[in-house]
Amino acid sequence: MVPTGHFLALSAVLFTMGVIGVLTRRSALVIFMSIELMLNAANLAFVTMARGGPAMEGQVFAFFVMAVAAAEAAVGLGIIVAIFRRRKTTDVDQVAQMKW
Amino acid sequence: MLNYLWLIILLPFAGFVLNGLLGKRLGKPFVTVVGCGTVGLAFLLSCWSVYELAVDLPSYAAAGEQAGFSVDIERGRADLTVWEWFPPVKDGGAAPALAIPWLLTLDHLSAVMLLVVTGVGFLIHIYSTAYMAEDPGYWRFFTYLNLFMASMLTLVLGGAFPVMFVGWEGVGLCSYLLIGFWYDKEENAQAGRKAFITNRIGDAGFVLGVLLLWGAFGTMEISAVMEGIRSGGAPVGLLTAAGLLLFVGACGKSAQIPLYVWLPDAMAGPTPVSALIHAATMVTAGVYMVCRCSALYEAAPAAMMVVAVVGGSTALFAATIGLAQNDIKKVLAYSTVSQLGYMFLAAGVGAFGAAIFHVTTHAFFKALLFLGSGAVIHSLHHEQDMRKMGALREKLPVTYRTFLAGWLAIAGIFPLAGFFSKDEILLGAFEHSKALWVVGLVGAGLTALYMTRLMGLTFWGESRVDPHQEQHIHEAPAAMKYVLVALAVLSVAGGVVLGWPWPPEMHFLKRWLEPTFAGAAAHGGGEHAAASVHHISLGTEMGLAAVSMAIAIAGILVGLHYYYRGRGEKAEAVAKRAGLLYVLVKDRWRIDELYDATVLRLYYRLCDFAHRVDVRFVDGIVNGVRNVTVGSSIASAFWDSWVVDGAVNLVGYSVRGGSWVLRRFQSGFVQSYAATMVFGMFVLLCVYLFMR
Repeated sequence: MVPTGHFLALSAVLFTMGVIGVLTRRSALVIFMSIELMLNAANLAFVTMARGGPAMEGQVFAFFVMAVAAAEAAVGLGIIVAIFRRRKTTDVDQVAQMKW
Repeated sequence: MLNYLWLIILLPFAGFVLNGLLGKRLGKPFVTVVGCGTVGLAFLLSCWSVYELAVDLPSYAAAGEQAGFSVDIERGRADLTVWEWFPPVKDGGAAPALAIPWLLTLDHLSAVMLLVVTGVGFLIHIYSTAYMAEDPGYWRFFTYLNLFMASMLTLVLGGAFPVMFVGWEGVGLCSYLLIGFWYDKEENAQAGRKAFITNRIGDAGFVLGVLLLWGAFGTMEISAVMEGIRSGGAPVGLLTAAGLLLFVGACGKSAQIPLYVWLPDAMAGPTPVSALIHAATMVTAGVYMVCRCSALYEAAPAAMMVVAVVGGSTALFAATIGLAQNDIKKVLAYSTVSQLGYMFLAAGVGAFGAAIFHVTTHAFFKALLFLGSGAVIHSLHHEQDMRKMGALREKLPVTYRTFLAGWLAIAGIFPLAGFFSKDEILLGAFEHSKALWVVGLVGAGLTALYMTRLMGLTFWGESRVDPHQEQHIHEAPAAMKYVLVALAVLSVAGGVVLGWPWPPEMHFLKRWLEPTFAGAAAHGGGEHAAASVHHISLGTEMGLAAVSMAIAIAGILVGLHYYYRGRGEKAEAVAKRAGLLYVLVKDRWRIDELYDATVLRLYYRLCDFAHRVDVRFVDGIVNGVRNVTVGSSIASAFWDSWVVDGAVNLVGYSVRGGSWVLRRFQSGFVQSYAATMVFGMFVLLCVYLFMR
């Protein structure tokens, strides 16, 4: 059986890749995908910790995260489409009007 | 009627209110009816009251007590308290409490004045309807006239000094208003002011005298004060002082030396005013007041002497000025001053009855003369200079004939009114002091002379009227004519009816006034007229009458010699020979100038000094206060704008500065927010891991 630490290490690597993607990429779509990566890294951590035990909380939480991720994808993509229609771009640096 | 005495005052007052408020809008007929009607009614009510006083007094006494109403049968007096003006205070303190009832008194003395004032007043009101017919101020004139009647009646009926004083001031006010009736001319307004201010000097004396009496007797009621004096309630010194102070008031109102100067100037008013106020009624108020206080004066012989001397000298002095005046009304004005002097002479020698008698007859003939002169002035279109008159006897027959009656009456020709009253005064003076008698006689001769001069210049001789005016001369309208005739009848018959002197019980007025003046003699201060007659034999009396008649006739003859024919050239020659003397007389002995140089100059100096004190000292204080206020305001404003506002602004600036710093963080770049968040999480995680 693969030891737990490996799973957690993979989860950490995936999460870090997601954070780096969010902070560095300019395209809203890519940022979006990086967020999905971070969510799935979290899910992996949940199910890893729930493995072998009688308690089901880990698995249940993983499903909740997936549901939230689906909803978030719907709303987020909708916003990105709307912005693109208006500005012909998805570059977040071009969308910086919301300030003082 | 006696318990409704206030109606007599209220009627003219109602006329005053109605005319004053509505007269301008409702027009002349309304004003005439209200103005004359109220005074006429007041006259009728007065007659009724006096009749009841004479005949019906016991039945009032028998009717029992009435609130505020009492009668004194012995003295023939009815007292009516209309209202408690200053109600009596019951504190039992040592000081006399001031209690002033609004007390009206009708006794035999005020009855005479009441009839004279309302009767002659009514006639003059009627006369005025014609005289003032063309004047745009018709309603105003009658408003003032009615107010005057109300005030005069208050003066006459007032039974307490303050009530009398209300009337006293009221007539002064009306006199001022009516002298300045044609106020668009500066000199008329000036004359009104002069009268008003001169009278104020007298009034100050009056008030002081009244307060002195109040201090001594603790009451303001005249009859109570007089009873107190009769029972010897005060030292002679105090009574003398009070008498002299009251006489100062009388001097002002009745135009005696040294306060007479206002009366000649008062002729600036319309002629009916001169007749009513400045001849017949108001100016006799001083005499009336002195007679009212007869007990006081009899208890203070020194004060009485002063009254007699001032009266006698005024009589003579004013008569001399009357000799050289050219304005017809000025002559009559000085004549009035002179006649008032006679009245005070009478009062001063204790012949109070004679004084009141002369007040009455003088009211008749002087009103007649003034109204007659008014008719002349009216017919000549307001020409008052006698040098521009002459030979008017045919042009104005009625005026001429009535004027003749007035002339003979004032000159003292038997049997006209003036003869009896003047004779009685001279008789009283003779008894008291031969010097005063001589002064009176000379005055009587001068009176006859200047009145004859007036007649000559106006009605006889040759005409000096402006030829353009000559054909416009017209006899007076009916209302004026009938009033003149009525007054002429009174002037002719008044003396005989009221004062036929022999036998003594025939003297109607003297017997009528006896209850008022009696009782004084018992205290020996002096003797009243009724008693004095018996000290002198009938022969002496007749002799004195003959002497005064002779003097009067001599005066008239001299006057006729100079003025009956021609244009007055003979008189001019005499005047030229008299030189400086004539100029002095013509300039009224330069008394006005003397007052200007002494009293007024001093007064102006005082004003100047007061002005300087005001500017330097009072204004200095005021300005100082202002400067302090301004200075502290500036400091306060500085504090406010720098410290208070500064604190408020500091809060604003610091908030703005702080937010300027914080604003930098909200850049709008989503990724910088995310980086911040990650960094924060990182810090929190580090804290969690390493600080556990």
